[in-house]
Amino acid sequence: MSENTESKGLQNWVETNVWALVLLTAIVVSVGGIVEIVPLFYMKSTLEHNKFPEIVWDGVGKKPLSEWKAGDGIRPNRPLEVAGRDVYIREGCYLCHSQMIRPFRDEHERYGHYSLASESMFDHPFQWGSKRTGPDLARVGGKYSDVWHRKHLRAPRSVVPESVMPNYPWLDENLVDPEEIESNMRGLAMVGVPYTEADFAAALEETKGKTEMDAVVAYLQVLGTMAKLDDSKAYRE
Amino acid sequence: MDARAEQKYNLDVVRWFAVMAVVYLVVGASVGVYIASELAWPVLNFDSPYLSFGRLRPVHTNAVIFAFGGCTLMATAFYSVQRTCGVRLWSDKMAWFTFWGWNLVIVLAVITLPLGLTQSKEYAELEWPIDILIAVVWLSYLFNFVMTLATRKSSHIYVSNWFFLSMMIMITYLHVVNSLAIPVSLFKSYSIFAGVQDAMIQWWWGHNAVGFYLTAGFLGIMYYFVPKQANRPVYSYRLSVIHFWALSFGYVWLGAHHLQYTALPDWTGSLGAAISLAMIIPSWGGALNGMMTLSGAWDKLRTDYVLRFMIMSLAFYAMSTFEGPVMAIKTVNALSHYTDWTVGHVHSGALGWVAMVGIGALYHLVTRCFHTEMYSVKLINLHFWAATIGAVIYVVSMWVSGIMQGLMWRAYDDYGTLAYTFAESVEAMHPYYAMRAVGGGIFLFGAAIMLFNVVMTVRKSFAEGRVEQARTATLTTVTA
Repeated sequence: MSENTESKGLQNWVETNVWALVLLTAIVVSVGGIVEIVPLFYMKSTLEHNKFPEIVWDGVGKKPLSEWKAGDGIRPNRPLEVAGRDVYIREGCYLCHSQMIRPFRDEHERYGHYSLASESMFDHPFQWGSKRTGPDLARVGGKYSDVWHRKHLRAPRSVVPESVMPNYPWLDENLVDPEEIESNMRGLAMVGVPYTEADFAAALEETKGKTEMDAVVAYLQVLGTMAKLDDSKAYRE
Repeated sequence: MDARAEQKYNLDVVRWFAVMAVVYLVVGASVGVYIASELAWPVLNFDSPYLSFGRLRPVHTNAVIFAFGGCTLMATAFYSVQRTCGVRLWSDKMAWFTFWGWNLVIVLAVITLPLGLTQSKEYAELEWPIDILIAVVWLSYLFNFVMTLATRKSSHIYVSNWFFLSMMIMITYLHVVNSLAIPVSLFKSYSIFAGVQDAMIQWWWGHNAVGFYLTAGFLGIMYYFVPKQANRPVYSYRLSVIHFWALSFGYVWLGAHHLQYTALPDWTGSLGAAISLAMIIPSWGGALNGMMTLSGAWDKLRTDYVLRFMIMSLAFYAMSTFEGPVMAIKTVNALSHYTDWTVGHVHSGALGWVAMVGIGALYHLVTRCFHTEMYSVKLINLHFWAATIGAVIYVVSMWVSGIMQGLMWRAYDDYGTLAYTFAESVEAMHPYYAMRAVGGGIFLFGAAIMLFNVVMTVRKSFAEGRVEQARTATLTTVTA
């Protein structure tokens, strides 16, 4: 090819000076991330409860979680739910189950109201998932009985013959360690989940003698049930 | 036998990174075929926590991306930076630290992931102590590379090095930010980010692991090894300048397209989608630049099997960089998201582009660094066809299952109710999941052939004392 392959100007500078190349590349690759990520921490419109405060429980960070009643609004997970979520993460459930309902008619009918950003505001790390080998679980809470969940987790094909989910028989055998859960909750508090001292104390009580099966079922049963959402309101544009 | 290169450069660390890359290709692909089979035949989970899909899937992704991909990138970057700069690696000791450190990371990953120790961020699952080790080892790789560039004999820095460098810098950013977490014990930590911000940061990482680790880095491979194997200069210098800056600037924005229609604000998702579309231009420019390097020498494809791998990889690269932007379009994404189509797209890039160009470069490296011809050229050809046919079967079965899933989920019957239960869509996937496992199995067969071929070549080289001869040969010409 007969083209002029002499580099000029800035390009010549970075091609002949490695530190210039390092610096310019370091700047160029940082722009996109800064523009897309930083505003999410500052723009009020990112989280819906800034406009609709009623979807978050007014006792968050003030009252012990034991005082929360169904429908009071979004709150941090209770100790047994924390334990269940840890198991959910450990077993890689998020690899096949999303927790993020999109605003489409079919998803509304299949799974319920579209998910809000505020609903996962206490989720360190997020569990939105990226794949639905199995169904979405964002609002699975209350859809099936505890008995169904236990049967399903032990042997999914005993209740859903088409399922390709693994059996999880070890969940019945493993006990939750209350002290570990308390310490995990203190860790979550350090990253910003507003737990109170009463909640830490409750961790030791509420998880004593519970199996991992109990914990996972407690976690699944609360998913998507905390906030009462109104179909007539547009939470997002 | 290139005694001069053997004595001037550090080929030893390159040799062993290259051999380990081939070993990890077989390991990673084996786990992949196994978990693909679990989805087709769930009995293969054997009721064992350590074999269950959810714990093995990260083993597969980490093994192929970081073990195979990482060793390939380290072998090729350390080799080509020495050749293009005309100097030995800045520090041999640091290069060996990178080698042992990286392999330690891989061993720790293989142990901890089946135990369920995970941060649950896709492709960044490893727990915090391993994350710190990764950061240290990665910086040793980056530092050694930059210092080698700084001590170069050539006036200009060759294009392959720009791409390697860009990859190393971006991966440092991504790894550090995405892995920020508070430890609660030696094996457990919680991300400092939550919900929507965490999702955006994860997919900023997730898409750029693809965009930089598996694209920019492997383009560095293309820009050195394709011209070298074809014995022709790169088609267009200007195109490579545009390719580099547009890709480095643009790829970073794409992560948001993984979160369209989610609770991520619409502006972010739309921005990600818009830039995704624009990325067709630099991507195709790059693919064209690679392919046209062969212009005037197309006949080489008939006899040079290594070159075949590279050209096939560029065809897959062009195909998946067209598919990606299409899937980022909101209406398409509404159908494709959460389905196997995404898995198919990833594998057309991973099997077709990343693995094939990497394999081509590895064959090239093995002959150069062990100072001998490959044990069997016929087996390279067999590998080529197994890799190509395996990848095509895999990708096509995932296209069909993905689109079918998407359509079944949104299908309505005459009464205006959902036509299928979720379980019916799972049942419909079975033949495609089985077919995917077969496609992956054929690809794995090819990789196993490669491992055999490489092991036999290394044995041949050692039996004939090739490396030793190259090391001790008296150089007759004056070296530059």
